[in-house]
Amino acid sequence: MSRFIVRRLFSMLGVLFAISVLTFLLFNALPNPALRLAGRFASAAQIAHINHQWGFDKPVYIRYFTIMKLVFTGKVISYDQQVNVDHELLQYLPVTVSLAIGAGIIWLSTGILFGVLSAWRAGRWLDRGLTVLALIGVSMPVFFLGALMSYYLGDKWGILPAGGYVKLQDDPAQWFVHMLMPWFALSVLFIGVYSRVLRSTILDTVNDDYVRTARAKGLTERQTMTRHVLRNSLIPIVTLFGLDFAAVIGGGAILTETVFNLHGIGQYAAQSVEALDIPPVLVITLFGAFVVVIIGAFVDILYAYLDPRIRL
Amino acid sequence: MSSGVQTPSADGYLLGVEDLKVSFRTEDGVVRAVDGVSFGIKPGEVVAIVGESGSGKSVTAMTLMGLTRSPNATFEGRALFDGRDLISATDEELRKVRGGGIAMVFQDPMSSLDPVQRIGKQIVEQIRAHDKNISKAQAYDRAAELMERVGVPRARERLRSYPHEFSGGMRQRVMIAMALSNDPRLLLADEPTTALDVTIQAQILDELRQLRDATGAAIILVTHDLGVVADIADRIVVMYAGRVVEQGTLDEIFYDPQHPYTWGLLGSIARIDRDRSQRLPAIPGLPPSLLRPPEGCHFRPRCPHAFDRCTQVPELKSRLADAPDHLDRCWLEPERKRALRVVGDQIGLASEQAVIS
Repeated sequence: MSRFIVRRLFSMLGVLFAISVLTFLLFNALPNPALRLAGRFASAAQIAHINHQWGFDKPVYIRYFTIMKLVFTGKVISYDQQVNVDHELLQYLPVTVSLAIGAGIIWLSTGILFGVLSAWRAGRWLDRGLTVLALIGVSMPVFFLGALMSYYLGDKWGILPAGGYVKLQDDPAQWFVHMLMPWFALSVLFIGVYSRVLRSTILDTVNDDYVRTARAKGLTERQTMTRHVLRNSLIPIVTLFGLDFAAVIGGGAILTETVFNLHGIGQYAAQSVEALDIPPVLVITLFGAFVVVIIGAFVDILYAYLDPRIRL
Repeated sequence: MSSGVQTPSADGYLLGVEDLKVSFRTEDGVVRAVDGVSFGIKPGEVVAIVGESGSGKSVTAMTLMGLTRSPNATFEGRALFDGRDLISATDEELRKVRGGGIAMVFQDPMSSLDPVQRIGKQIVEQIRAHDKNISKAQAYDRAAELMERVGVPRARERLRSYPHEFSGGMRQRVMIAMALSNDPRLLLADEPTTALDVTIQAQILDELRQLRDATGAAIILVTHDLGVVADIADRIVVMYAGRVVEQGTLDEIFYDPQHPYTWGLLGSIARIDRDRSQRLPAIPGLPPSLLRPPEGCHFRPRCPHAFDRCTQVPELKSRLADAPDHLDRCWLEPERKRALRVVGDQIGLASEQAVIS
């Protein structure tokens, strides 16, 4: 197992390096990036400064290291607002992490619950009802659902705040209340997907020989279901969760963040793209990709723990 | 027993199956997988249920454990174990018997163990399912003992292994160890050697035999392989298309078989002392669909000796004066059978041409 972990972490480093090169090359493909970075009213001196600072006057491989050094030492300045991008990112990150963790807990637990119920009552009314719900959840666009929730629960009936973010350290209760709607809005899609995936893996697993063995051993139906069926069926869910969770943290919840006016990573990315502000886009792209790869590596390690057959 | 009529619930029997019927509702109609099976088994006895795929032998074994229970299945008849009927038992009653008084070893050891849990945990789980007072440590000690008993080397260490770290033969040993964990009085072995190499098969059978001798448990061995049966069984139940067509002691079935299907089975065993220039004989045709089984004797469509009377179902009874426990389901006269079953110089099922000539 420890050998597996070491190997997996090394391969993760390799992937991270490859991603940084790829992102760099994309960035490098921009025509005349210094002009782009400097903005419309830059003077010749400013452009020369940027050329030097970003290494545009140097060969490609030196430029790669120059830019990576800027990114990783936190010296990238946005050219639209002249603020430090890494500082900005750290400002937005808690919002997105709050959103991802809360929503993650909701969609994972509810998805598992619905999946188990659906499989347990396969073909009966409860299963059919949950199937319809899952379909609605999957096909309902989050901006539409979010807008409905925000309008009715927020503005019209005033049950929950319609949007905005309160820092956890300032007022935990308000933080929670403000996050409730975004959490649910973001979770609905994933609950639909997870419950369907889990339902079908459970129904496959139930017919496996070792489940029959478990019954023949004299285990109760409940023990058979939790220790053998569910334990084996949850493995694909773990993979899905790792990827989806990472994508949300890496800025994938743009729509939810926008609808509920949460200034998170996704919104930051959207704003920067809109303003053609290249440095934040570069940093956010790298950040998002890194989060996905790192969480992916941890998921693989967890996966190996759950399924000993892949510890090679 | 005084007459040929079987009364397995009588004294001395560990398990008595009486007129067991199992049918499954499917989209195409009702499949009668087991159609009136009766047999009994005494403590320490090895009874083999023999038949080809779809004969209902596995369904019979699994039904005794309640493993065929489902909303689409209906059961009739009785299976008395310890004076308790397993067919009408509640799920909870049955659960206590499973893995306790009756344990089962399955066909494919590759898929019968949970791939994501350690062997030790899987054995301990069964021990603790029936003995609530045993501590974890004691249960692990017992698991190690069991593994040693079935011949797994370095048993204590191997408890920490996962199933994929074992070979097929070793996994089947683990399955047997697991089945033995609560000193069952009846072991159901459903084709325990089918998925294994021939050399391993012999070892596993040997293991089963030794266990029977050591523990006095009775064994029901479900198999399609008469070679396996010859090694170990005391009595044989031959099943065809959901019905018992013949049953008797090992010698009776091998040396004086009464049903043409049994002749066919015996004739199709590969033998080292037989002329190998000829093709191995096979029983012509396929087993009937259990959705719409043939009228009368189920073997009739494939039987070269069938005649008018075979459209009625023959009763399962003894037709031999000197062997009241040797039962069969065939209308032919015993004298005629003795002549018909000799093909070449040994027992077999005659081909159609031979019948005409």
